[in-house]
Formats: sequence, C-alpha cells, structure tokens
Amino acid sequence: MSETLIRPRIEARPLGERLAEKLPLLLVPLLMLGGLVVTGNPSTWATLTVAGLAMGLMIFIMASGLTLVFGLMDIINFGHGAFVAVGAFIGFTVLTWLSGWTGHPSVLMNLAAMLIAVTVTMLATGLIGYGFEKVIIKPVYGQHLKQILVTMGGMIIAQQLIHVVWGPDALHLSRPLALQGSWVIGDAAIEKYRIVAVGVGLALFVAMRHVLKHTKVGLLVRAGVENGEMVEALGYRIRRLFLVVFMVGSALAGLGGVMWGLYQETITAHMGSEIMVLVFIVVIIGGLGSVEGCFIGALLVGLLANYTAFAAPKVALVSTIGLMVVVLMWRPQGLYPVVKAK
Amino acid sequence: MAEPLLTLDGVHTHIGPYHILQGVSLTVPQGGVSVLLGRNGAGKTTTLRTIMGLWRASRGEVRFDGRDITQLDTPSIARAGIAYVPENMGIFTDLTVAENMMLAATSGPIDAKRLSWVQDLFPPIRNFWNSSAGTLSGGQKQMLAVSRAIIEPRRLILIDEPTKGLAPAIIVAMTDALRQLKETETTILLVEQNFAMASSLGDTVAVMDDGRIVHAGDMATLVADAGLQERLMGLSLEAHQ
Amino acid sequence: MLMKLLSGDRPASPVLTVLLLVILIGLAFAPFLFPGSKPLETAARICIFIVLVASYDLLIGYTGIVSFAHTMFFGLGAYGTALGLSLGGASFAAAGLGALGGVALAAVLALAIGLFSLRVKAIFFAMVTLAIASAFAVLVSQLSFLTGGEDGLNYKIPRELTPAFKLFAEPVLGLRIDGKVLSYYLIFGVALVLFLTLLRIVNSPFGRVLKAVRDNSFRAEAIGYKVVRYRTAATVLSAVMAAMAGVLLALWLRYTGPATTLSMEIMVDILLMVVIGGMGTMYGAVLGAVIFILAQTYLQSLMGLAEQATAGIPLLPDLVAPDRWLLWLGVLFVLSVYFFPTGIVGRLRAGKA
Repeated sequence: MSETLIRPRIEARPLGERLAEKLPLLLVPLLMLGGLVVTGNPSTWATLTVAGLAMGLMIFIMASGLTLVFGLMDIINFGHGAFVAVGAFIGFTVLTWLSGWTGHPSVLMNLAAMLIAVTVTMLATGLIGYGFEKVIIKPVYGQHLKQILVTMGGMIIAQQLIHVVWGPDALHLSRPLALQGSWVIGDAAIEKYRIVAVGVGLALFVAMRHVLKHTKVGLLVRAGVENGEMVEALGYRIRRLFLVVFMVGSALAGLGGVMWGLYQETITAHMGSEIMVLVFIVVIIGGLGSVEGCFIGALLVGLLANYTAFAAPKVALVSTIGLMVVVLMWRPQGLYPVVKAK
Repeated sequence: MAEPLLTLDGVHTHIGPYHILQGVSLTVPQGGVSVLLGRNGAGKTTTLRTIMGLWRASRGEVRFDGRDITQLDTPSIARAGIAYVPENMGIFTDLTVAENMMLAATSGPIDAKRLSWVQDLFPPIRNFWNSSAGTLSGGQKQMLAVSRAIIEPRRLILIDEPTKGLAPAIIVAMTDALRQLKETETTILLVEQNFAMASSLGDTVAVMDDGRIVHAGDMATLVADAGLQERLMGLSLEAHQ
Repeated sequence: MLMKLLSGDRPASPVLTVLLLVILIGLAFAPFLFPGSKPLETAARICIFIVLVASYDLLIGYTGIVSFAHTMFFGLGAYGTALGLSLGGASFAAAGLGALGGVALAAVLALAIGLFSLRVKAIFFAMVTLAIASAFAVLVSQLSFLTGGEDGLNYKIPRELTPAFKLFAEPVLGLRIDGKVLSYYLIFGVALVLFLTLLRIVNSPFGRVLKAVRDNSFRAEAIGYKVVRYRTAATVLSAVMAAMAGVLLALWLRYTGPATTLSMEIMVDILLMVVIGGMGTMYGAVLGAVIFILAQTYLQSLMGLAEQATAGIPLLPDLVAPDRWLLWLGVLFVLSVYFFPTGIVGRLRAGKA
C-alpha cells in the first residue's frame, strides 16, 4: 500500500483550529488578570484568587464524578447533591468523635483525624452510591424524564433522612487546629485551609487525568463516553464500568462535601442542593462529560464568584450564570464538547 | 457436512414500533467469506446487530458454534468469539491508534507477532501507532476498525460495509487485506453493496430484501448465472455493476 | 356545551368524573360548605396550585420537558402584582399594571431561556433552568430595596377584596359576603378560566403537535415541524400561566416573599403534585393539587398522632414526625414514577378499560 495515501491529517489542520482548542485554557489567566484590574490591589487580589481557586477546586471534586457519569451513560444525577450533604454529615460526625485528635496541637494528629474522616466518608458515600445506582437509577436507564424525576426524588428522600438521623438543625464544627488561621505573605493573608483545598483539588485532577490517560480502566471510560456500544461489542461490560464510575463519583461528592463543610464550618441538609447549582453551572460550562472542561469551568466559576463577591456582592451567583450564558453563546455545547458517536 | 458456524433461524427483530427483521434464516459455514447483499433498508445491518446482541431478537434463534446465543448480552457474545466492525467503524477518536488496539485485545497484552502481521496487512496501523485515531482519514479508520477485530484470533468477524465512502485505491487495498485474512482460520460475514468486491471475495452469498432472505447459495453460482443476477438486480445489485 | 368547555377532553373514567365533580362543587361552594378561615385559605391555595400545576403539566407532561424554573415564573407574577400594589397603592389599576409587567417579564424570560437552551437536550434544559431559578431567587433576596429581601413585601389590596368590605347588608345562606369571599370567588373564577384554557390548548392542533414532539422529536422534525419552536412556545405559554397563578397568590395573601413563591420547596411540591396526579392528563393536576394540599394541611396532624403512638420505639417516631411528611411524599413520588408513571388519573382510566 502506497505511503502517499496515508498522510496524517493532523498536518492539514489549520493553525486557527488548533489555537481554538487551547483557547479555553487561556480563560483562567485572563480572568485572573481581569480580577487584578477590578480589585486594583495585589494583596486583596491574591487573597481573592486563592479563595477562588480553592472554591473552584472543591466544586471540581464534586462535579467531576457527575460529568463522567453523564458522559458514560447519558445520566445526570439530580440527586448528586445528596452525596455532598451526606458526606459532609458523615465526615463531621467522625471528626466530632475524633475531637481529641483535631484539637491536639500536633499537626500529625490533626492530619490523621482528617485522613480517617475522609476515608470513612468516601467509603460510606461510595457504598451509598452503589445502592443508589442499583435501586434508584437502574430501573430508568435511557429515560431522561424519569431519570430527572427519580434522582430528584432520591435527593428529597436523602435530605429528609439526614434530618431523621442528624436532627433538623445545622451542624457546626471547627477545623482541625493545623488548618485554622492564615499565612501572611506580604500584605496578603492566605487562609491555610484554602491552600490545602487547592492542593487536594490539584492532586485529584492530576490523578484523575493519569487514570483516564494511562490505565486500561481509564481508557475504557473514555472509550465508553464516546461509544459505549462499541465497548460492549469488544467484550467489556459497560454497566459494571459505569457502576464503578458512579461509586467513585459518589465518593468524590462525599469528599467534596466534607471539604466544603469544613470550609464553611457549618453544614445543613440543604447544602447539597445549594451546591448543585454551582456544580451544574460548572458542568455545563465545561461541556457535559468532559473532565478537563469541568476543571476549567470550576476554576472560572470559583474565581469569578470571589471577584464579584468583592466588587459587587449582590450579584455573585448571577455573575456565574452570566458566565454560563456567555460561554454557551460562544460554544453551545460547552468549552470542551464531548464527541459522541451516533 | 460439518455444522455451520453461525445459524439464524426465523429471527424477528423489532426496533421501537418497526418490525425490521421478519423471519431471517441464514447459515454461515465454517471458514471463508459469506456475503450478505441487499439494498438499503433491507435489514443487513440489523441482522449483524441482532447477531451481536445489540438489538434483541423478539422471535427465532441465533446459534453460534453449536450454542444458542440469542439471549446472551453483547459482551458475552463478543467473548464467545465474534468480532464486529460496525458501519460507522466505532473508532474511539479520543484515543490513539495504539489505545484502540489495546482495548481490542481483551484477553491480555497484544501479541507482538500478531500485531506485526496486522500491521503488515494495514501499514497505517504501524505508521500512526501513537497518533490520535480522530486524526486518521476515513480509509485509515476503516483499517483500524478491521485491525481491532483481528488483533486476537476470533472465530467469526462481522464486517458492515467496509468499502462505504472509500476511494477506489483504498477499496483495492482493503479487498487485498480481507483476501489475506481469508487465508487464516477466521470466518467472515461481510455486508457489502459493492458487488465487484463482494463477488471477488465471497464463497457463499445471501440476498436480503424487506427483512427476509430472498436468495442463498454459492457465490460462484450467482456470478455465473446472469439470469439470477438479473432477477436479484432490482433488489440489490443495481447501480453497482 | 359541557364538552365544548372541556374541549372534548373527557375524564374518561366514572370514578374520575365523580372526583372532579366533587372537587368542582367543593371549591365552588367552599365559603358556604366549610365555614372558617382555614378551609377558605386551603381552598384558595388549591385553586391557585391547580393552575400552577396544570401549567407545569403542559411542559412536563405534554411536551416532555423538565423545567426547574416554574417557581421563578410563578414568583414573577406574584412580585409584579406585589410591586404594583406597593408602589401604586391599593387599586385594581395598580394591581393590573403590576400583574401585566410580571407576566410580560415571565414571557420574555421564558422565551430567552427556551431559545437559548432548548436546542440541545432535555437534561440540559433541566440543569439550566435549575441554575437560573436559583440565581433568580438569590437575586430577589439580595435586592431588598425593591423586593423586601427575605422578608418579602406586605401591601394593601383593593378594599373590595378585604374582609372590611361588605357586599350585602344581609348574610346569604348564612354567610356574610365580605371582600374575602369576593376575593375567593375572583380567584376561583380566574383559576377555572385558566384551567379550561389550558385544557383547550392541549386539545388543540398545537397540543397534538406537542405530543408528537414529545413522543418522537426526530419524527416530528422529519415531518417538518420546527421542534425547538414548539418547545419554546410551550415554555412561554406555561410560564405565562404560572405567572398568572402568581398574580392570584399575591392578591390572595396580601404578601409576597421568597418562601411562598420562589423556594425550591415549592418547585418540589409542584413536581410531586404533577407526578402523583398524573403527567400529561391536566386532570391529574387537579387531583394532585387537591390531594397534596389537603395532605400538607391535615396529614401532618395525623403524623403527629403516629409519632405519639410510636413514642419509645427507636428511630420510628423520628420517621413519622410531622416534619418528615416530605420524606414519605418523596418515597411516594419515586414509587409513582416507577410504577404509576401516569399517576392517579392514568390508573383510574386504565382501571375502567
């Protein structure tokens, strides 16, 4: 077979097209720059930017599972927020049990308590995710309207059960000692917890990318997002794959719940549905099914929310809606539209 | 005569409100190439999808290698030894060529000797091994799709219109590769509208129309019998002569 | 004549017919049949919610679109009227102008959201409306100089609709016809007209296209219907009806706030009512609203009894506490989506056949 027939098309792609692919990446520094202009004060800007990144990455943790579940099975779990809330309550309970450790001056003890709380939470929400998938979602595969209704119903039930188990009132909990307070860098005060949140979020993103790009399960997930039927025709059970992703997504929602709860130091049964709004905006901006898009969308939303909260506090949430509208006008399927076969 | 590798017996398939297959009976003997001809909408693709379990037969039986696979799910059917190359090729464009091939090798790491044989059949698979599959041309994607199906030995390969929309030079290359594949143990069930290609490869042939098999026999008989071709012409062979 | 009013849409089940008649009579003579302010309060809420839920059914049941912005449109009507009355004084003109503004804004917003997000997928629309509605609720509570924030707006309504106004000197059938009763009949009348209008819409050729789009959008598109246009039109119509229900609520309560109009809880209530009653039936909205509101009003006291009865058993009292009634409705909701997707009305109709 002659080589002339098979010249790669990658060379033929115009420069503009390749640039457009990278463009969403540029939005984050652009927005940061805009923030600097609006705040006009480098130290305020630094504080706000770290807060924005922390918020964005926590949302990313919660949203990543949702977007993958959608990509793989065309299911949006409107009850995803329930895992956030349940996770927060479980995490808080464990941390309360370990209050001797969290109040201990030793950083190591603090971290050990956090690690235990997070592990228990993720295991629990992962398992609840298993049950949720089997009981709530499985009977309504492929029926969008019913999916929305049933998962919403699951959310109502979960919220009520939180009330039954933990009572009707909000829970308050201080962060472990080591995570309280701020570091002062120049004139800017940076809360320690936010740095930790940024670190955890980034680590998770890198890990998730690694799994998706370099492991067989990750490749199967990406293949499944594009063409689940073909994955099955190759001999893999996509349902089992989906169940795993759903459980991981639920566990991550639980982790996000604990982190968000400690960020606010107060949790309510309704926190899940409140955060879901941000999560949805992020997932839509990023492109349903895309982890990279979700990451960038989360950073954009986190930063924008914090800048506007400083510049015009009344319109913080509306500004993120505005961002969503602008992005969708530019790219109707989100920043990174996911290729779907069929 | 040995038992055929694949038998469809009175298979009916419904898609939503539409009754697509209306009692398809078809046998695919061990070895060689069986060709399924028929005009658009005759039910060829649905037949392949029903064999694969991607549509469920509402009536009738599909037997593979002496075993009833009618009710098996798609992954089990694949693991029983049937590979499928769908009409849209089913390439994972988000993955590289190598990753596409890796996922196709379900029983473990890719066998190096087998891979080198596949790459000799389809040189682009070697040349673009680490390229994103989305950047391949249509013909290259088709080669990748067939390569995935043969990277591990399979008893039966279902191929849905491998020449559709391809340039004549690529069709020649594809036909050559399939002819070489024929030399191996593999049995091929080929859906094709290109009669020239179909007749040069096929050992047996079945012609479909309106969800039924209207003719089945040796390809040589059909090629030799101009009158029979004439009769079936209106059904399937028009515009391909 | 009667069939014409119902646009030829028969209840198609004897039990359903009887139930609907009972509800109609109950609501029509509510001030006479159930004296006292609480029953009248309940009856008015039922009238308003029948319109609200029926207008939602136009969207979810007949068009197959899930929106979470229905309370936003409901709120727009209510806040429009409330603002008109607060700023313009207690006159019908001020109320009318405010109502008109609210309804118009609802229509424009629905049009924008529809054109913007209905091109993609049902799921996408659900997410976008959820985000927009929450943002709107937050915005309303933030702009307190205009909306009264979390506290909402208290205002006077035209004197003819207040208890101080007496229509007749003498009681009629033992009931003093005051402004409150007049107000109730205004709401009952408007709600009835709006409901019959909705019934007309879904039984019109337009309604039949909506159903075709719902059942198979590809096919409808192939036949030549502009699917997005029909879906957007349904969204706008449904938003306008919801806003009108909001107008009625604002007039009845003499108060408009986030908790009575915009909250997510009300959105969930609407979902429960439409699913339990029966999606895509219109009459389901009637049954759903009646059952839900009666349950909301009276079931909680029943659960209080259950709580006392089970006191001492672990966990159980918490599960049946009056505050947990939403838990059981949630369970009922999920079960009805699985097992009775056509709701009570669908069951009744199937039972007959």
